[in-house]
Amino acid sequence: MEKVETLLAQIGNRSDTVTGTVNPPVYFSTAYRHAGIGQSTGFDYIRTGNPTRKIVEEAIAKLEGGDQGYAFSSGMAAIQTVLALFESGDEFLVSADLYGGTYRLFERGWRKYGLSFQYVDFRDMQLVENSITEKTKAIFLETPTNPLMQETDIAEVAKLAKKHGLLLIVDNTFYTPVLQRPIEQGADIVIHSATKYLGGHNDVLAGLVVARGEDLCQRLAEYQNAIGAVLSPFDSWLLIRGMKTLALRMRQHEENAKRISEFLAAHEDITDVLYPGRGGMLSFRLREEKWVNRFLQSLRLITFAESLGGVESFITYPATQTHADIPEEIRIANGVCNRLLRFSVGIEHVEDLIADLSQALQKMKEV
Amino acid sequence: MEQRVSFQTKLLHNKWKTDPQTGAVSVPIQHASTFHQFDFDTFGKYDYSRSGNPTREALEETIAALEGGVRGFAFSSGMAAISTAFLLLSKGDHVLVTEDVYGGTYRMITEVLSRFGIEYTFVDMTDLHEVASHIRPNTKVIYVETPSNPLLKVTDIRGIVKLAKANGCLTFLDNTFMTPALQRPLDLGVDVVLHSATKFLAGHSDVVAGLAVVKDEELAKQLYKLQNAFGAVLGVQDAWLVLRGLKTLHVRLKQSSESAFAIARYLASHPKVEEVFYPGLTHHPGHSVQRYQASGFGAVLSFRLADEEAARTFVKHVRIPVFAVSLGAVESILSYPAKMSHAAMPKEERERRGITDGLLRLSVGLEATDDLIADFEQALSHVKETPAVSAR
Repeated sequence: MEKVETLLAQIGNRSDTVTGTVNPPVYFSTAYRHAGIGQSTGFDYIRTGNPTRKIVEEAIAKLEGGDQGYAFSSGMAAIQTVLALFESGDEFLVSADLYGGTYRLFERGWRKYGLSFQYVDFRDMQLVENSITEKTKAIFLETPTNPLMQETDIAEVAKLAKKHGLLLIVDNTFYTPVLQRPIEQGADIVIHSATKYLGGHNDVLAGLVVARGEDLCQRLAEYQNAIGAVLSPFDSWLLIRGMKTLALRMRQHEENAKRISEFLAAHEDITDVLYPGRGGMLSFRLREEKWVNRFLQSLRLITFAESLGGVESFITYPATQTHADIPEEIRIANGVCNRLLRFSVGIEHVEDLIADLSQALQKMKEV
Repeated sequence: MEQRVSFQTKLLHNKWKTDPQTGAVSVPIQHASTFHQFDFDTFGKYDYSRSGNPTREALEETIAALEGGVRGFAFSSGMAAISTAFLLLSKGDHVLVTEDVYGGTYRMITEVLSRFGIEYTFVDMTDLHEVASHIRPNTKVIYVETPSNPLLKVTDIRGIVKLAKANGCLTFLDNTFMTPALQRPLDLGVDVVLHSATKFLAGHSDVVAGLAVVKDEELAKQLYKLQNAFGAVLGVQDAWLVLRGLKTLHVRLKQSSESAFAIARYLASHPKVEEVFYPGLTHHPGHSVQRYQASGFGAVLSFRLADEEAARTFVKHVRIPVFAVSLGAVESILSYPAKMSHAAMPKEERERRGITDGLLRLSVGLEATDDLIADFEQALSHVKETPAVSAR
């Protein structure tokens, strides 16, 4: 197989056999004419399938090494559709350190319909195995976790899932298939908030799912169509455009993040740096909670905003932003304390980023 | 952003990084063609979108900052930018043009400007004596492309600027192949920088756009008047797409240039390749000038196979690059100048300029370098051995 850089740069090329266009057209058409009864072109109604969306769906399936891909109007819409595979009474084992939006969907949404979720620390595999009950049907992993950047051994969890007949679902948003391909390690379903690294420019909201196995793929296609939270043609096209530069963006994000993690680790006013050594995301804790706001206000280059994975550097305050929907005592017990900041390192020149951090770390202490 | 930051960072952090009203981190697309005036006597900055539009302005200010100019102008194509800049000339003026100028510019000068009484002479810009000897009292513009298309000839920008200034001419420079990431002509004294932004600046083969940047306020006023009067402005959706493309310019060009260098070296060592044109190769005649005036060698190269049949065989078997016109994209693009960019030129004229039937131009994309080289290796294996000398 061609290398990931080549697959990415060539997404959608040669997809149009009539005009030879090197860039896939955006098909806004909502309906598709049939030549006669039973003579579908493969496209009928836009919700069921759209030629532009199909390109991004096939691309992500190939990149993740799965059988079929699905594009949704957001990462949450992707998760929502995957959960439709289950029924009342089913139980999930979920990473304890989890994106707040996923936690909210589980607890305020699906719990009402009788699904239940047990949050466990996947660094302790014995604890995970002991938590499995007769009703457990699936494992939902984030790796690395958000925002504590804990890595989980997917192959280990996959072994356990197989042993107990559980479906393994992995959120691969932070690493993308450039750094991690969960299906190859035994996962059944991979989920992405494609708004992040895959889109990469902070200008498109999208979710992707990849699955393996004929039966599972067919059921997901049915639910995608039935629920209808599909990605629009224009956003599909923007996502394709973003993905073409994914490999080189990731390389630059990672190079910068490595340097910045070293800089932060050596700084006297920072107590911990959470960086797994790969990718462009890291978190760190300031020594004093009272400095947080002043630090954020003093940043001149780095943007204080939610979200991540874009070309521009973002710093997020999980306590009031991404993880605000997790009850405070649970959040703090999990380690997402009020001194924690999450840093999505952009592709700027690393010296410029370090200079900005240095001055903000200095200014936060001036009263 | 007052702080001094690197070019790479400047691509992402400029006054347009956040929308002042909403804090949005992506510039909004302002589709409005007209703008409400709040005051009867004093009109606001924007009235009609041809004259000024906030989204287009974001692009215009961004390119001006990147090129180190005072003002930028966005047009509906590279040719619209070039044509509008030529409107600075008047009847009776003379322009000196690089002889291997892009075919579209050649057509504009010889078929359109000539009808309005503007004279022209094509010269070899790599030879400063030749340039000096063709300057006339009515010469108003020296028009340069460097490196040139498709033979990558390098012109000494400072040398041309010196000649132009001594003779009261303006220097126009098409910076499409280099972009401000690698070459900043205004810093070297050039008056007008032109771009087909369709190429590396936008970078994704999905938008047609042109840009112009000037360093002098008075010239800026004149060019603005022409942009507004002629009206070949860039649409807002396209302006936004170019802005989006610019954010990855540095990483794209870095990757593509690295690959281009490796491919140039590979091709140069291949027995079936007669000649490789890439300014990064030390034997390239423009190598030292290029090193002096630019910070890289770019992502375009040309190479010569034995004849048309060899080129035809190569194109037939190559799998990864698209065979198409244009350049500067995420996908590698292979072109055949004899039948594409230079088809309009008579064969003798074309061959005299070195654009022979065996010449291919390659714009290197973002694919893995090894995949591209492996692809060329298999395509070249189908090309017949160079015919023996006796065959002549």
